[in-house]
Amino acid sequence: MKGAEALMRSLEKEGVDIVFGLPGGANLPIYDALVDAKIRHILVRHEQSAAHMADGYARTKRRAGVCFATSGPGATNLITGIATAYADSSPMVAVTGQVPLEMIGKDAFQETDIIGIANPCTKYTFQPRKAIEIPETVKKGFYIAESGRPGPVLIDIPKDVQQDIQDIEFPDLIKVRGYNPAIESDLSTIGKATELLLAAQRPIIMSGGGVILAGAFSELEVLAELLMAPVVTTFKGKGSFPENHPLAMGPIGMHGHAEANKIILEADCILAIGARFSDRSVGRFDEFGKGMNIIHMDIDPAEIGKNKTVDVAIVGDVKSSMKTMIKFLNKKMVKHGTEENSWLQRRKELIDYYTESIKDYPRDLTARKVLKKLREVLPNNAIVTTEVGQCQMWTSLHFDVISPGTFFSSTGLGTMGFGFPAAIGAKAARQNVPVVDIAGDGSFNMSENSLAVSVLENLPVIVVLLNNYMLGMVAQWQRTFYNRRYEGVHLHNCPDYAKIADAYGAQGIKVQSISELENGIRSALKSNLATVIDIPIDPEEDVYPFVAPGTGLKDMIVGS
Amino acid sequence: MSQTGYIPEKKTSDDVYILSALVEDKPGVLFRVTNLFRARNFNIESITVGYSESSDLSRMTITTRSDDRTLDQLVKQLRKLIDVVEVRVLNKSNTVYRELALIKMNAQDPTSRAEITNLASVFRGKILDIDKFTLTVEITGTPSKIDAFRNLVSDFGVVQLARTGVSALPRGAA
Repeated sequence: MKGAEALMRSLEKEGVDIVFGLPGGANLPIYDALVDAKIRHILVRHEQSAAHMADGYARTKRRAGVCFATSGPGATNLITGIATAYADSSPMVAVTGQVPLEMIGKDAFQETDIIGIANPCTKYTFQPRKAIEIPETVKKGFYIAESGRPGPVLIDIPKDVQQDIQDIEFPDLIKVRGYNPAIESDLSTIGKATELLLAAQRPIIMSGGGVILAGAFSELEVLAELLMAPVVTTFKGKGSFPENHPLAMGPIGMHGHAEANKIILEADCILAIGARFSDRSVGRFDEFGKGMNIIHMDIDPAEIGKNKTVDVAIVGDVKSSMKTMIKFLNKKMVKHGTEENSWLQRRKELIDYYTESIKDYPRDLTARKVLKKLREVLPNNAIVTTEVGQCQMWTSLHFDVISPGTFFSSTGLGTMGFGFPAAIGAKAARQNVPVVDIAGDGSFNMSENSLAVSVLENLPVIVVLLNNYMLGMVAQWQRTFYNRRYEGVHLHNCPDYAKIADAYGAQGIKVQSISELENGIRSALKSNLATVIDIPIDPEEDVYPFVAPGTGLKDMIVGS
Repeated sequence: MSQTGYIPEKKTSDDVYILSALVEDKPGVLFRVTNLFRARNFNIESITVGYSESSDLSRMTITTRSDDRTLDQLVKQLRKLIDVVEVRVLNKSNTVYRELALIKMNAQDPTSRAEITNLASVFRGKILDIDKFTLTVEITGTPSKIDAFRNLVSDFGVVQLARTGVSALPRGAA
């Protein structure tokens, strides 16, 4: 059997049914083997999008997405997508072609040291040197990508290794000696954490992306209700808790909900679950959580104490840790609170106050109105992705995620161009639900060529394009911090996105009002065609509230 | 797994720590380790790699100057590397550690030659090479012993110097 065939059999054994990629000279044997494999190939128009699609697929299915690229530029084009997956702990297996072994190090055509390049943004990299190593490599690759704190793995296969014919065996069991992801939760500290939470007057849960990765949605609800604790999320954790739940407060952070940023400062005990205390979420590390007890649940021991010293650490799979904590609570609970307790009243007070005091931008078409309408029209099980910038932060603020695990955004790396291909990947993973990319013109521009994929592969995605003809977030910062000295932010009305959609054979709709928007979304949902809805908004509409970089949550600016 | 336990409340002042790691003996492992130090802004004073007691594992000895919060993070990040099988922070009082240095000095005139030879013997050094102009000494010991020797001979003019970095093992059954 050839190495490339061994790769296909190995992928099939891992249950891979779909790969996203683009062929080239150094991975031709892989594409030749793909012809006979029981795997669907989605041809992308740029490798970065292949990685984002695999990422969107992975986040939806909660198992590794797979992407293929050739050596050299094919492989380097994947890197932004791999780094995006790494920053958001998304499981991925990227398979790149490499020049033949004897050419490595000779600066051959389309040779690049992709192992060296990928190292800082992958969980692990492999370069099998013989065809017989491929099955074990793939098995290890999936194991590492999907277990523990998930992340991307890169397998770089020299062309001759793909072609070599060897007597190849497929292992059932593999062992990676230096890799022991925490699975069991740390029982020794859960007791203490439970006591702190029960003693707290103002407990709060801060739910992060780890809850989504673990699929611990029902556990989070039970825990919140047992503790009667308001739940704030990080931005990555948006969608870990139904945002219409009576205890939900929405995301905290730079563009978090004002009431969430406010209430977390008033808490006396924070239970952070699968969150990493990123600067975008907590503002200043030294100020955040002062005078409060912080309990940190995470699967990655290295996250404990990285940004924030905590009082109790519970290392292990958060789902199992939460289950254990629920058991402890059930044993010890004398009903901890009632609907009427003052902490929950405070929660309500804050929500009412900010709902009243934060006014929408004075226009007929605003991001807030668009996103509220979108929520109204979309079914709760629809999957929503975002691009990066103002569109993303408006989504954080104004679009409530109801059904857990249906919201994906490039929260860590902040990769423009992520949302649309990720949405296509999500659609490939769950074809029976509508998938929407909430986009800005700047970001969508970066991967609009994926329209070809959406149309030709019958993976229809609805792009809701908040078009302000600007790199809006940069413009907002130039407005706010650089005295309106604009440079490099004007995109003008170019291209015409409805026409672009049309040119790709997708549906392009331009709307001028909320009612036209509603019709547009309804018709896109009904037609099940790839659709771009171009919505002009005012270029001066800013995202507020805003916690300026380098400041603390207490310094939140509520409005302009 | 005590790796989660120790998180000092306050940053302490920087100190030199010795880490001993067993790592997979295969290509690219040194790159992964040094890249981690660079990417996360950790300090490396010295790093040595060589065979260990197991044929498929190498032992890396790393000395680093850091505060104990950073050290805690560094150890956790090292443990996270898949090729790193084991990491220990060695307690200096219960550890044997040595470094080897080769020092080539100007020794043109006979008096300095004699003096260097005397100093070397006090430090239990060996004369490895001698010619009309220079004299090369091998000194083995703790880094501070080597520093002391280097300070003593600096007036003669050190022409070239090579230090191996620290190798270390815990004492006894520790």
